[in-house]
Amino acid sequence: MNWLTNWSPSWQWFHRLGSPRWFYQTTGRWLPWLSLLALALLSTGLVWGLGFAPQDAKQGNSFRIIYLHVPASFLALAGYYIMAIAGAIGLIWKMKLSYMVMKSAAPIGAVLTFLALFTGAIWGKPTWGTYWVWDARVTSMLILLFLYLGVLALQYAFHSNEAGNRASAILALVGTVNIPIIYKSVDWWYTLHQPATIKLTSAPSMHPDMFQPLLVMILGFYCFYTVALFLFTRAEILRRERNSTWVKELVMGGQH
Amino acid sequence: MSSGFSDYLRRDLLLALRRRGEAASPLVFFIMVSTLVPLGITPESARLAEIAPGIIWVMALLATLLSTDGLFASDYQDGSLEQLLISPQMLAMPLLGKITAHWMVTGLPLTLASPILGVMLSLPDEGYLPMVASLALGTGCLSLIGAVGAALTVSLRKGGLLLSLLVMPLYMPVIIFGSATVQSAIDGFAWSGPLAILGAMLAAAIALCPLAAAGGLRLTSIN
Repeated sequence: MNWLTNWSPSWQWFHRLGSPRWFYQTTGRWLPWLSLLALALLSTGLVWGLGFAPQDAKQGNSFRIIYLHVPASFLALAGYYIMAIAGAIGLIWKMKLSYMVMKSAAPIGAVLTFLALFTGAIWGKPTWGTYWVWDARVTSMLILLFLYLGVLALQYAFHSNEAGNRASAILALVGTVNIPIIYKSVDWWYTLHQPATIKLTSAPSMHPDMFQPLLVMILGFYCFYTVALFLFTRAEILRRERNSTWVKELVMGGQH
Repeated sequence: MSSGFSDYLRRDLLLALRRRGEAASPLVFFIMVSTLVPLGITPESARLAEIAPGIIWVMALLATLLSTDGLFASDYQDGSLEQLLISPQMLAMPLLGKITAHWMVTGLPLTLASPILGVMLSLPDEGYLPMVASLALGTGCLSLIGAVGAALTVSLRKGGLLLSLLVMPLYMPVIIFGSATVQSAIDGFAWSGPLAILGAMLAAAIALCPLAAAGGLRLTSIN
């Protein structure tokens, strides 16, 4: 590891990032702005998308749930990679902070995956005539939810934080290798079993008037995700570092 | 093939031979649970034939899953796993030996017994050879993937249920291509395609899973 430390200053930020205290203080400064940005983007996107975007020619107003469904699915997937990368950083550089990020990413990702499935089911009723379809993408999202639940369950099964961290990091990495395979095989499976009665309306390229609010919503969800990840990680930092002096001072002093 | 592979293969086979009852239980489970299908769904052979490929594959998966729990458990309890972990050789090869022994004790008997279940579930004639071939390759994948889960949960007191939670999503590609092999043979299509993909998955699993299992064992059972 010597060559790494000698390689400063470009690596200094990386090492500083490994300090929970530094992370706690910096994100504390960022959080108000980020929350404000997320709130602004989400409310703009929602009002624009739900109120002002034109109706869909075929689906009428029911398509508007896309403004929740698509961003949630985006981040459900991205969240898995964030979790796995954080786990990998933890395994390689033995940083406790990145394990905390990994642990915090798991419940957020699981909830977003559930939200994507749930809004998809609601959307499916008026479009496909049924809440649940064994469609390739729906099935892959369901498997993604199972992967998240596995990481969560493993994390909480260990008594020691250390072992739980490393075990769930390995599981997240194994899942990362598997995600492309799962996607491809579910695709194959679906083309083999394609049900004749249900036709997916192949979404034509979206009209810009519909697409712009979606873009705002996706950006808003990214900001919201970051805020949520920061908050979860900060709570985790306080829990795990409760014996350190700076946390004691922070809690006893009652200052931010 | 030195570096511990053959030693651990022989050792685990010998252990399984001495505990025959334990080793036979996945096979018995496989056959007994498949009996539940006609009882639960229908004894009508036309409808059974339709679902037979999927049922046999699901049962094989569950039977393998049931036995995966014990892959490292007894070694962990009697301390020989710790000996293996501190030995100087590369951990992946002995693990591959252990996994191969596990497959020879569970996956291979399942594969060999599957034609009997095929008869009982009135599997069409074209399905037998693809079923045996796909099970032979597929149960190998299942044992290898299961070993990663078993390595991660071996130090937990109640790892069994958790193990199935972890491993089940990773099993899904295997079952898709396994039953697709049998199904396409029955439907009169070429079945070499899905079988080849199963073989590719097995090759990838042989290369990667012992390494992941080795990492899991090292990181979670030594504190």
